[in-house]
Amino acid sequence: MRDPSAANVRLVRASDQSLLIGFGDNISVEHHLRVQSLLRLLEQQPIPGVRNLHPAYSSLLLVFDGLHLDHAELEMRLSGYLARLETLATAPQRKIEIPVCYDRDFGVDCEEVAAIRSLTPQQVIAMHCSREYMVYFLGFAPGFAYLGDLPAELDVPRLQTPRRTVPRGSVAIAGRQTAVYPLSTPGGWRILGRTPLAMFTPEPDGASLLRMGDRVRFVPISREQCDELEQA
Amino acid sequence: MSRMLVETPGLFTTVQDLGRPGFGPLGVSASGAADSVAMRLGNLLLNNLPSAAAIEMTLTGGVYSFPDGADLALTGANFAPTLDGSPVERWQVIHASPGQTLRLNGTRDGARCYLSVAGGFLVNSFLGSASTHFLSGLGGLEGRALKRGDVLEIGVSDTPVRRSRIRPDALRQLQPQKLLRVTEGPQSDWFSEDTRAAFYHAKYSVTEEANRMGLRLEGPPVPVSANCTMVTEGAPLGAVQVPESGQPLILFVEQQTTGGYPKIANVITADMGSVGQLRPRDEVQFEWVSFEVARALLLKQEQLLSASDLLEEMA
Repeated sequence: MRDPSAANVRLVRASDQSLLIGFGDNISVEHHLRVQSLLRLLEQQPIPGVRNLHPAYSSLLLVFDGLHLDHAELEMRLSGYLARLETLATAPQRKIEIPVCYDRDFGVDCEEVAAIRSLTPQQVIAMHCSREYMVYFLGFAPGFAYLGDLPAELDVPRLQTPRRTVPRGSVAIAGRQTAVYPLSTPGGWRILGRTPLAMFTPEPDGASLLRMGDRVRFVPISREQCDELEQA
Repeated sequence: MSRMLVETPGLFTTVQDLGRPGFGPLGVSASGAADSVAMRLGNLLLNNLPSAAAIEMTLTGGVYSFPDGADLALTGANFAPTLDGSPVERWQVIHASPGQTLRLNGTRDGARCYLSVAGGFLVNSFLGSASTHFLSGLGGLEGRALKRGDVLEIGVSDTPVRRSRIRPDALRQLQPQKLLRVTEGPQSDWFSEDTRAAFYHAKYSVTEEANRMGLRLEGPPVPVSANCTMVTEGAPLGAVQVPESGQPLILFVEQQTTGGYPKIANVITADMGSVGQLRPRDEVQFEWVSFEVARALLLKQEQLLSASDLLEEMA
């Protein structure tokens, strides 16, 4: 069912237990604000039978329990939510500063990024801290926030072969995105530095420093400051 | 408190339960048993809660001893199990006396075998689940695969365990298949008619890159038509993604919550347990079904699993 009251919304049956709600076919803040609003609404007023929510740039995937809900009923229930989206106030923006040590020991890919883009490593670092990023969504691993948009001058492809282990706290870039690796995981993004902040605390119930919609700025710090913060 | 000692852990053995749905916004996928049908049957035999944690063994089993004894069950693939050297059957309650040792060998058929104990295994829960999330090193026992010398605590079972087994005819209907039924994927129409026909006609073999995150397949490539660019979106369990190589990849239980590759199809929920039993070099084929059929198959599976006569007493 396509709800006429919710213009530009596309409902796609993505699997037998999920429904994809698309707000547009490109990455834009406008689409993303609607993703945020719908996610918040569904978290505040859950639809019985919906078991999980996977937000992304311009879409939200609803995973449901196929024993208790089907696509048609979910689409019907959703129409009320979608109709209310435009009237919702957007969530207050949190502004978060992330200290980053861009020391060579940590920023192991900085020189290569500089070489690819015909910049100096200092220019790469300056550009990386030059703007405020938005948390589009969390994915890949617990607490891994996709931040955008990276300045076009820093647009580089992922590593051909991902690393088996990227150290916890690594600050990295890929395409027009940047992120912090919250835990030591495999990864293919290019590493520019490291933050001493704990991005994800598993105990007792999993707390992520960053949430969808947060505005983030990277602030350069020295190796000494980094060591101090790490011990704090 | 009863314990189980890990004498040798096998290739890749982790603590699993039914997973932790609901944390997609944190970037955490649901995880849980790769063959949840087999794991549920183990808990049913032992009168455990469905959420009780079991041990998931992959391709090879391992050696486990029970200094305090235990009621246990083995479900899933056949790893040729023995108890103190005597063969034991799967799909039924096994009583291990104090000091007995369970030995499991290499697989004879599927990829995964579950060892459940009455009372379940006790580990610290992460986001409400005992399931090991291996990629991020969280959940289960210290977020890792079991190793020699590990000691797992066994919960107290407050209901008596009867000597029973799964009724053979019900078990036959719940057996894993190599024919995977799929529904349309969100980008099915990005693939040409010919490509889609090839996808459903061909046999794909499972590569060595098959784990709890996903299974890479190898067979006739099914590339998307030109000029389709994807914006990363939420990806469901069982999504059949097609990267640039044209070789399909099935997203599995420890999947990333989002994906940037077009999805040609999606394995139905009722067949996800079958995916968990696929080994490298196994051949699979895909069969298209409607969403209605997928739902009917899920309901049928659930009816089998919750039937009052699923278990039968043993002499």
